[in-house]
Amino acid sequence: MKLDSKIPGGPIETAWDRTRFENKLVNPANKRKYEVIVVGSGLAGGSAAATLGELGYNVKCFCFQDSPRRAHSIAAQGGINAAKNYQNDGDSIYRLFYDTVKGGDFRAREYNVYRLAQNSVNIIDQAVAQGVPFAREYGGTLANRSFGGAQVSRTFYARGQTGQQLLLGAYQALERQIDAGRVKMFPRTEMLDLIVIDGKARGIVTRNMVTGAIETHIADAVILGTGGYGNVYYLSTNAKGSNCTAIWRAYKRGAAFGNPCFTQIHPTCIPVSGDYQSKLTLMSESLRNDGRIWVPLKKGDKRSPEQIPENERDYYLERRYPSFGNLVPRDVASRNAKAVCDEGRGVGETALGVYLDFGAAISRLGEDKIRERYGNLFEMYERITDENPYKVPMRIYPAIHYTMGGLWVDYNLQSTIPGLFVIGEANFSDHGANRLGASALMQGLSDGYFIIPYTLGNYLASAKIDKVSDSAPEVQAARAGIQDRTKQLLGINGKRTVDSFHRELGKIMWDECGMARTAPGLEKAISRIQSLRQEFWKDVKVLGKNEEINQSLEKAGRVADFFELGELMCRDALTRNESCGGHFREESQTPDGEAMRDDANFSHASAWEYKGDNQTPELHKEPLEFHYVHPSQRSYK
Amino acid sequence: MRLVFHIWRQATASAPGKMVRYESANMNPDMSMLEALDVLNEELITQGTEPVVFEHDCREGICGSCGFMINGIAHGPLARTTVCQLTLRHFKDGEELYLEPWRASAFPVLKDLMVDRASFDRIIAAGGYCSVPAGSPQDANALLIPKPEADRAMDAAACIGCGACVAACPNASASLFTGAKITHLGLMPQGQPEREIRALRMVRQMNGEGFGHCGNIGECEAVCPKGISIEVIARMNRDFAGASITERPKSGAAEDGA
Repeated sequence: MKLDSKIPGGPIETAWDRTRFENKLVNPANKRKYEVIVVGSGLAGGSAAATLGELGYNVKCFCFQDSPRRAHSIAAQGGINAAKNYQNDGDSIYRLFYDTVKGGDFRAREYNVYRLAQNSVNIIDQAVAQGVPFAREYGGTLANRSFGGAQVSRTFYARGQTGQQLLLGAYQALERQIDAGRVKMFPRTEMLDLIVIDGKARGIVTRNMVTGAIETHIADAVILGTGGYGNVYYLSTNAKGSNCTAIWRAYKRGAAFGNPCFTQIHPTCIPVSGDYQSKLTLMSESLRNDGRIWVPLKKGDKRSPEQIPENERDYYLERRYPSFGNLVPRDVASRNAKAVCDEGRGVGETALGVYLDFGAAISRLGEDKIRERYGNLFEMYERITDENPYKVPMRIYPAIHYTMGGLWVDYNLQSTIPGLFVIGEANFSDHGANRLGASALMQGLSDGYFIIPYTLGNYLASAKIDKVSDSAPEVQAARAGIQDRTKQLLGINGKRTVDSFHRELGKIMWDECGMARTAPGLEKAISRIQSLRQEFWKDVKVLGKNEEINQSLEKAGRVADFFELGELMCRDALTRNESCGGHFREESQTPDGEAMRDDANFSHASAWEYKGDNQTPELHKEPLEFHYVHPSQRSYK
Repeated sequence: MRLVFHIWRQATASAPGKMVRYESANMNPDMSMLEALDVLNEELITQGTEPVVFEHDCREGICGSCGFMINGIAHGPLARTTVCQLTLRHFKDGEELYLEPWRASAFPVLKDLMVDRASFDRIIAAGGYCSVPAGSPQDANALLIPKPEADRAMDAAACIGCGACVAACPNASASLFTGAKITHLGLMPQGQPEREIRALRMVRQMNGEGFGHCGNIGECEAVCPKGISIEVIARMNRDFAGASITERPKSGAAEDGA
């Protein structure tokens, strides 16, 4: 395997323009001759499917939910960044680019990030034209707020439901194309394998989740916008159905996996309350604009928060990072929360929590203003915890939220398999080792609306794509493989439920490959995952049959893939013996406990190549070059 | 905490269903209703009984996947809350709960508590959008929208498409859902060019799917987890009536209102 990033080079400001001009085009009359598969219907997949339909391609779009509107992008709360500089506060495309490269701790490609910052302004225009009801000022202009990792106010939002509104915009555009007959939608359909013929991605194998039918779909190109894999930890802020199966099966068909260990831990989630817990609920990072984070100065202080006087509180982020304060990037905020809890100063019953206090903001701005900004988040918090955050400080703790890693793609968003494109969270590009808040929506829509329509056309116009029939041996073999695997899962009939295995895997991952990682811990995790995986294939209990709605069978297939991915994540974390962004190796830190990068040895993206079951995968390295933003120790002090 | 569940079990869309009684002592007041079903399902699987199928995904009240009737109320007794965020502290120890799927002919049951809501997607496909292909629209701030209008549009746009409004309505009407989208787009300048055709097409699609008519009872608003007001139905009816009057009929066929 040879990695060719296809970075255009030359002046970064014009790189994307030049690429678009050099790309071959598909004549409008020829577009309808091409079949394109899009898997996933979130911000990336949904916007791509709609846009490709508008352009005239024959699109088939697949999602496992009952409707494309349910994709997990819907749950994004805080906002979307764009370098509009509407606030006249010094923002620019270059500054958004700079902040994103720095925020990603210099582990992303400059050229990709610059293009993302350029596209950000078009996204807002597009979304407004679709009728997305962004927050507005009284004069009728768009409102902005600030977000972690930035000193300008560039985040556009629709209350605490920005992801929902942007997704509905893309979903509505998609439904318009479905109505026009340009896109055929396959809801409740799960991709289980990628079909590769003559080295090119030519289709997928799916399971109809209502009838159990295993089907094959042939196309000229396949686009995966299937989201992230945070659910490998069992507890995360991801939706319960979010899974790695599509990208994992593509990996096993030859697509390199980039930076699997780069995961993001979000600092502001509601703490875990019991063993039955099925997921973690995020409280938008935007709360850090007005909330102050603190813990008691004294260890083991069990007084209730209002009984702790001001001088016995430690506003540790404001103390350690005076210039960014509570708005430090997510990885820094999360690690500091863990550190104060490890010192025994955590709050709440489990002592795994810190306060996020709105007392000062409420006395400054009044309760009404706070309600207007965060009302729905406060309500959600109260519903879950039974505490009123207008009166009592919220308790928060970090949780797995996003995966920066994903399938390796070149500048054109094409994986190492020609004809297989990967967009949104499912790919590894743009965010490096840490994603800044309000950047996920931006990337998903940039990929779907404004990048894939160009780069896909170039591939179709320049690749030689032969006709393939459904009876080709590769198609039949892929289908048979899935049928066998399904039979095998149903035939084990052991003693343990799928969830019990998933929980155990999640605990290993959180303990050893979570907020802090060490070589001995990761080595231990790899061997524990391997033995747990063997036990799974001997002792899992999946009731029912394939030819029906069978949620245990769906989960079992996904968890089987999570085992393999979890092992690869640990392997990647072990190989990367440096700390960067969300990846914190205890062996590599500054004397005051900040993450310490090792640019001499690790200024590269890791791309793993599958070598067969029970074989060690091969590591390839794509060196990263920085011509514009020069790597420095990130400082938010 | 102990709870008794009576749950609708139905193997396939065409099979007959029935209520089945289950009991679990492993409940906890801090659990959500869906976590309670997770715990119950783990117990059932261990006993060799097929688990209860229910739809769910984000579990934070925004994706709209989950929803069923609890003791006859869509999403249960707590206002403005989906079942994924409804905690057991709102129930008493030993309480008996009756869980049933949404009941509407336009929402056929697929299995147990899971129904098919594809009719909602088809209503949106009929006109719930602004026809602007991805490209280069004008600068976002070239369009000034007064804040109160934008806020009201957002109130309507908050709909999560869960279907509780249909389940609660004695006529199984989808007017709150359809009206919410018509109102969201109709309050914004971007939505004006297609405002009439949107109302015509969406309302006709809704009627064609087999949803009933609105009888102004207001059950939909009472159960809506996002608190969407029935004012949106008035706006839908006004847009539909206005558009019907000025429409140049192709066949001359009269059209029903909602």
